[in-house]
Amino acid sequence: MGISHHAIVNAHPDVRLAAVCDSTQYVLDVLNKYTGVKCYGDYRRMIDAEELDCVVVSTPSRTHGEIVGYALEHDLHVFCEKPFVLDPQEGERLVRLARERNRVTQVGYHYRFVGAFREAKRLLAAGALGSIHHVRAEAYGPVALRPKGSTWRTARSEGGGCLYDYASHAIDLVNYLVAPPIAVGGTVLNKIFSRDVEDEVYATLHFAGGASGQLAVNWSDESYRRMTTKVSVWGSNGRISADRQECQTYLRERVAALPDVDAGWTVRYTTDLTPPVWFYLRGEEYSAQIDYFIDGVKRGRAENVNSFESALATDQVVQLLLRDAEAPRTGSSELHVARPPRGRGGFLGSLKRKFAG
Amino acid sequence: MQRVLFGDNQFFGINHMSDEKARAQAMRFQSLRAILDVLEAAYDEGIKAFMCTTHERVAGVCDYFRDHADRFPDYVFYPCMPYAHKYANAVTEHGMLEALRRFLPEEGALGALVRGGVSVARKDVEGIAKLLIDAEMKMFAGLRTPVIFLQNIVTDLLLGLGFKDAFGIFADHVRARYGAEPGFITMNLPLLLDTLEALGIDNPIVCANINKIGFRMSGGIAKYEELLAARRFRAIAMSVFASGAISPREAVDYVCGLEGVQAIVFGASSIANIRQTNRLINERWGAAAGGAA
Repeated sequence: MGISHHAIVNAHPDVRLAAVCDSTQYVLDVLNKYTGVKCYGDYRRMIDAEELDCVVVSTPSRTHGEIVGYALEHDLHVFCEKPFVLDPQEGERLVRLARERNRVTQVGYHYRFVGAFREAKRLLAAGALGSIHHVRAEAYGPVALRPKGSTWRTARSEGGGCLYDYASHAIDLVNYLVAPPIAVGGTVLNKIFSRDVEDEVYATLHFAGGASGQLAVNWSDESYRRMTTKVSVWGSNGRISADRQECQTYLRERVAALPDVDAGWTVRYTTDLTPPVWFYLRGEEYSAQIDYFIDGVKRGRAENVNSFESALATDQVVQLLLRDAEAPRTGSSELHVARPPRGRGGFLGSLKRKFAG
Repeated sequence: MQRVLFGDNQFFGINHMSDEKARAQAMRFQSLRAILDVLEAAYDEGIKAFMCTTHERVAGVCDYFRDHADRFPDYVFYPCMPYAHKYANAVTEHGMLEALRRFLPEEGALGALVRGGVSVARKDVEGIAKLLIDAEMKMFAGLRTPVIFLQNIVTDLLLGLGFKDAFGIFADHVRARYGAEPGFITMNLPLLLDTLEALGIDNPIVCANINKIGFRMSGGIAKYEELLAARRFRAIAMSVFASGAISPREAVDYVCGLEGVQAIVFGASSIANIRQTNRLINERWGAAAGGAA
């Protein structure tokens, strides 16, 4: 159901929240008892019975496809939580369906509504860095810190795991700020604590035109108080690093299209990059993305910074990473440590560098 | 109510402007002694109220002030509950019901456990809320807590959901059980004031961002200024410096010049900054600012 989506939507002055749907009857009973909101346990019944303009889908990722499909078939505008869908083929079908029905679609990659990342986008779109040659996307945070864990986030079949939950945000920012990579390599999906899903994701990204990128994501890092996402981009004219709080830019030379940015360092903070929102809960970006969606519905605006199409491009990169991680390791250089000679036992065995292919 | 309150964000790695700065502060305040040194320095400057989340590390601060009551006879705590990350992480890890079960008191009175079980089964939010408040308040036993706050993450979630009864439940329980005044922290002052007024909570203590650049003042700075002048409530200004985006004198001049602001909460890591800010406030409000309003 997404309790914070519920609160934000309910507080929106232009929206009347008609009903909520959740599979946990207990939560529905409490909500109904104390707020009077109409509750359903089956989304089909809710969509059939209520006169809706749009729905917000905030459910375990595995269920997105069928719910979004049902909503679109009933001509609803749809905001869906990230990741969009687990199967990109299903994603393609939904993108087509939404286009046929002329529906407003959006996926909850909320970092695209964070002031510092928008500033990075503005600078990059104006050509601040010249020719881009490298991007690094990182995300760290404290989600899986123990072997246990019993929610859908730790079940691979439900669309849980660090790749879908955390890395998708970092990938989506790369797509937003630079471009979707055309190939990936060296993908590592490792478990640290979890039994069923990966806790860390590392990969090399390759872009059309020869630029490269690195992805480093770990949701088992307790040294971060909360999820922390950072993207750095290097180009022939300098570097931009952005996180939720600030956008740091270093330009070798001024760029004509950006008269407000000097050569050398420019740092701008969230305090001056963040437009105010009508209602604040956890961060401006969560309210801003809902407001943008509602505005799209009101105006019938077709283009969307986080459309299904754009989120599908992120799903497709996730798919590339999954495929690459399962592929046998070939074409890389390997160091082989030979068994130490009997009796010597030291660690200085013979090292042989073997070039495959 | 004290007019100058000391905040705790800097102790727990929270900085709204820079993650690097937040991390450096988290490292510095890893030791309890480092936190206590700053609190003692603030005390010696006349700031005798600590407005703090119910972060588990605050328990150590409570122990210290309890053990040294002779040195700090007039010290007060303004607990702000809950420390939301604790709950959010548990909900992410265990799901909502299991997380709830984990936070209900386990040790001690068997009665509490049973009461909790019954409350959960009956969807009796009031019973559960009381148990959770009591669990959060345990670390402050024997200390003076004249005002107990509901954190903005919860206040604003309840506001958004329209879960209005919860504010009354919270207010009644902290009054009855702790003899304290209820306080509400919010990022949505206009919406909160309307809601509390409708509930009949008169002259509430409300802590909200109030700063010259309008940072995180949902509803707009003009609306805030209008409410401060017109509505009956006791306003505590936080984020006065907007995490350093406004210079100290400019920030203090603005907030102290506003009609209706009764107190300021600020956090600082260095004695020099504490002294400077406290003196700026005293200049504007008079030297008695550190005392009760």
